[in-house]
Amino acid sequence: MFTIDQLEHVYAGDPVMRIDQWHAAQGEQWLLTGSSGSGKTTLLHVLAGILRPSSGRVTVAGEDLLALSGPALDRFRGREIGIVLQRLHLIASLSVGQNLALAQSLAGLPVDKARIEAVLESLDLAGKADARPHQLSFGQAQRVAVARAVVNRPKLLLADEPTSNLDDVRCEQVLGLLQAQARACGATLLIATHDGRLKPHLSMQRALAVQP
Amino acid sequence: MTLATLSFSYLRARWLSTLLNVALLALGVATIVVLLLATAQLEDRMQRDARGIDLVVGAKGSPMQIILSAIYHLDVPTGNISYKGAQELARHRMVRSVIPLALGDSYRGFRIVGSVPAYLDLYGAGLASGRRWEKPLEVVIGADVAARTGLSVGASFAGAHGIGDRTGDAHDSHPYRVVGVLARSGTVLDRLVITGYASVWAVHAEHHGIDHIEDIEKTLHDDQKEFTALLVQYASPLAAAMLPRYVNSNSDMQAASPAYETARLFSIVGVGVDVLRAFALVLILGAGLSVFIALYNALQERRYDLAIMRTLGAGPGTLLRLMLFESALLALAGTLAGLVLGHVMTEVLGQALKAAQQLSVTGWAWEPAEWWLLLLAVGLGLLAGIIPAWRAYRTDIAATLARG
Repeated sequence: MFTIDQLEHVYAGDPVMRIDQWHAAQGEQWLLTGSSGSGKTTLLHVLAGILRPSSGRVTVAGEDLLALSGPALDRFRGREIGIVLQRLHLIASLSVGQNLALAQSLAGLPVDKARIEAVLESLDLAGKADARPHQLSFGQAQRVAVARAVVNRPKLLLADEPTSNLDDVRCEQVLGLLQAQARACGATLLIATHDGRLKPHLSMQRALAVQP
Repeated sequence: MTLATLSFSYLRARWLSTLLNVALLALGVATIVVLLLATAQLEDRMQRDARGIDLVVGAKGSPMQIILSAIYHLDVPTGNISYKGAQELARHRMVRSVIPLALGDSYRGFRIVGSVPAYLDLYGAGLASGRRWEKPLEVVIGADVAARTGLSVGASFAGAHGIGDRTGDAHDSHPYRVVGVLARSGTVLDRLVITGYASVWAVHAEHHGIDHIEDIEKTLHDDQKEFTALLVQYASPLAAAMLPRYVNSNSDMQAASPAYETARLFSIVGVGVDVLRAFALVLILGAGLSVFIALYNALQERRYDLAIMRTLGAGPGTLLRLMLFESALLALAGTLAGLVLGHVMTEVLGQALKAAQQLSVTGWAWEPAEWWLLLLAVGLGLLAGIIPAWRAYRTDIAATLARG
């Protein structure tokens, strides 16, 4: 779950994102819409704890993000928040399994091989643990990115434009597996997109407007 | 999943650049190691050979030549000195002891040195087999001589006139007989044939028309007796200031101080060593710069990786450590490779010198200064990593990801 209250972010003197009130309960699945420049990515980064907003309050999984100090915030982010970015940014020099193991150890958790195998299995990636990212198709690589985001069973799963370069069939597949994975770990799902094809699939939606 | 695994994976992914940096550093370190080992062993060896000798007195000529010929047996002597002059010096009150040397002949490139038993005692030389000489023409041979010529106790050989490359006729009529083989002492004795000085007079006795060599010391006129050099031990520290001047001004002999001349020799050779050392340091610095550039470029390629790692929960300190670990790993690999390479190169050099019967050098030795080298090289590697590491530490995650 997350709660947003009077959130505003100003960049170089201009307001780039504003949102008054928003509450998402644990396990809810939300779509964040809005045209380019409406601050979707900015909001996602604030929720992920990698960007400090100019003002307002953000609570994720019961923690006040702005009250957390550097190391505590890093740890919280690693354990409770999963992010799937538009560009996947898998670490090319590591194998698929190592990419997932890295996510576990950077979050301060022990490497859990069984969990890694289970996640890969659930995303139809069984047997790909030793493959390098460059040996994967785009669809496989995207599923690895999702696997990396959910391997620590986050409470909040964020996805930034996960479907923008995909055809209709793929688009539905990716949406389906994001929803399934979020449900599997009981995470609140928030997908930021300008892709209209997703709208019919999620009932909970929130639109951001471009700041004047 | 540790930092080490991650660092290794990055280094493996850029294996060519990694190899280049390691090789560059290794070459610089190896050059310094060779210099360290060679100069230290040479200096040690030269000091050992000159130990207990306060002054060398020879015929007028270059003091350095006297030292090189009489102590190290690397050069030809400046000439001969008279028996009378030697006896006068031996009686001088500032002289504790004198070891006379009579040079002039050689056997298969090894010098035959006519002296007294005290010459062996000077180096604390023990016998591996046989005994010391008692009569003229009896010799003991050094360990290297025994090994290379195959001579052993009981063997006879004829010395050749002259030393070094200019050996002439063999003295067939007066063969030497080996009565002892010296244990290896790691000194100049190892490559010498040593006998009583009377032996050297004996093989040249035919010039004086003397046939019976057993009593040569008595039958030979004092004017006909000659030495090549005298190894002098002072009776008091005061002698260091007085005796050389006395010898140089009151006799036709020349005094040479081993300490002073070897120091002078090393200061001459030292220029070359310093140039090489500076060159090696430039190599190491270049390697450090190369590591820096490699890491800096890697940082550009890796900025998304670093941002992603932050989103996965890594603190900025983790990224800092990752970059520093990587540069330290490169530096350590290069330094260790350089140390190994340096020792192997020194050993190869030592083998080549051994074939040429020069001073021996071995790679299987460790100089304390090498610890400093290790510290220096790894420190430099860490230094090269500091700026990339700091930039990694300062990565603005949101801005980096927003661009991507």
